[in-house]
Amino acid sequence: MEPSEHGPDRDDAQHHEPSPTLYPLGFAVGIAVILVGLVIDPLVIGSIGFVIALVFAFLWIRDATRLHREERVAVEAERREAAAKGVPVKGERFPRSRFLESMTVGLGAVIGGIVTVPVAGFALLPSFLGQGRHKVDLGPLSEFPEGQWIVATFMTDPAAGEVSRRTAFIRNNGQLGNVPSFTIISNRCAHLGCPVQPNGPIGKTSFEPTANGRVRLIQATPAGFGCPCHGGQYDTEGNRTAGPPVRALDRYSFEIDNGRLVLLSAFSVSHVDGTGAQAKIHKYKLAGPGQHVDGGEQWFYPIQPPHH
Amino acid sequence: MAATRKQPTKAQIRRRNLEVALEYPLDWLDERSGLVGGVKYFLFRKVPADTNWMQTLGSATLTAFIVQAVTGVILAMYYRPTPQSAYPSIVNITDHLTLGWLVRGMHKWGASVFIILMFLHMGRVFLFGAYKYPRELNWIVGVLLLATGMAEGFTGYLLPWDQTAYWASVVGINLNGTAPFLGPWLAQFLRSGQEISGDTLSRFYSLHMLVLPGAIAGLIALHLYLVIRLGVTSPPWSPEAAGRERPEEPSDLRQGLTQPAAHGTGGQS
Repeated sequence: MEPSEHGPDRDDAQHHEPSPTLYPLGFAVGIAVILVGLVIDPLVIGSIGFVIALVFAFLWIRDATRLHREERVAVEAERREAAAKGVPVKGERFPRSRFLESMTVGLGAVIGGIVTVPVAGFALLPSFLGQGRHKVDLGPLSEFPEGQWIVATFMTDPAAGEVSRRTAFIRNNGQLGNVPSFTIISNRCAHLGCPVQPNGPIGKTSFEPTANGRVRLIQATPAGFGCPCHGGQYDTEGNRTAGPPVRALDRYSFEIDNGRLVLLSAFSVSHVDGTGAQAKIHKYKLAGPGQHVDGGEQWFYPIQPPHH
Repeated sequence: MAATRKQPTKAQIRRRNLEVALEYPLDWLDERSGLVGGVKYFLFRKVPADTNWMQTLGSATLTAFIVQAVTGVILAMYYRPTPQSAYPSIVNITDHLTLGWLVRGMHKWGASVFIILMFLHMGRVFLFGAYKYPRELNWIVGVLLLATGMAEGFTGYLLPWDQTAYWASVVGINLNGTAPFLGPWLAQFLRSGQEISGDTLSRFYSLHMLVLPGAIAGLIALHLYLVIRLGVTSPPWSPEAAGRERPEEPSDLRQGLTQPAAHGTGGQS
């Protein structure tokens, strides 16, 4: 560059030339370490990367804003204020035009607010309020022989129709003390919500008329469950055995009403120790697919939206 | 016809009268709105002498968007966004209505063309260095256009309401749900509740045909305004400095400004 020849243009060019700095590189290295850490060891290497990125981000921001912070004492502001006020009319402390301006803007804002608030509320709130879940009647207990896996397909809301059709894998574990025990696993994959399938032969299909319309019951002999979308694999307790899911399959709570099996709300499970009636289920509030419920990553999802 | 003032022939008078009659509507409009001048200002701008075919990618993207808008409006005349009739109405459009297969095909394949062109245009801007001062803001507007364009693709994918549409949307919404902190809330908003339902379909339809196209149209207006205000960049190999108007007769001073290559510097000042 020969800036001296450029005359009046020189200042312009210099103002917009970013000062060379290595901090962005350090920041990028930090991010790279985080990404590597996520694969290898999120807690140790990930934290190291986070610290590196944080330090260099701080240095970078400090470096980038140095000019602004130092040259804050410009006289510009004072001159501008004087110019904006214009020539003060004698005897007029608060000009009429200023009053009309602020009234126009102020009233406009009030009218806009009155219109916007209820409309925005209508856009947002119905997704979160009044999310009732319906109980689902799956038929008499005699349809669920002890030790037999049943793939039950049912509508959670018959009024909504086919779009509310869901599937659960059900096994009668017999009695635990005096209380009937059931393993009821949701087929919603804990990766991204695709429908998990039983890995194994299926047997005879029957249809059971219930209060929730026709429930389809298919006998199955699964060695585990597998997801067709991205290959997540689970054992028969719903524990993840392979693939991308972040936790075990969700489960349903249930009740026995007049000798009929009734599904209640669903809950999330990090993992299950043991099997069948003796299983120890590590139970959490229902979370969306792909969301961790335990470990360090659970802090990414501190507040779940209202659930049924 | 300047040298000798001859009496105009009858043919010339007739011709002039015809021109006045033909231009009358335009003159009428321009006198009341100034629009003709505005359109001329918009279309007949000065551009660097060595613009490149790559610099037509932005216009191509705009054309793709207009195709999507027009075909989308017509498809909306036949499509029904309810769980019971969405898929049957798509079948009706494709198999029974005259030329429906063509317009739906244009909309479906045009969606991919739109996205691909956006990326090519973005690549051109990046490789030409056209995002640099003073055009950073236009890059940011372009990124917003890319995001809204991809959201169009996402919301449009659910509308056929077949198995692919349903499960792709399940996965896509749950992907949004895995974003930290607000992800679960975003997913539930997109889904309009706990589970995908008829409400999700109408919500995506509304976003797809009202909210997002409106946003894209507004952003395109801003994008074009900035292009016109800041001018078109020269290619990086251009001897002219980027963004500077080419002088008619370069003076000594201007020569120093517009041909920095002669002084051994790059195209950017």
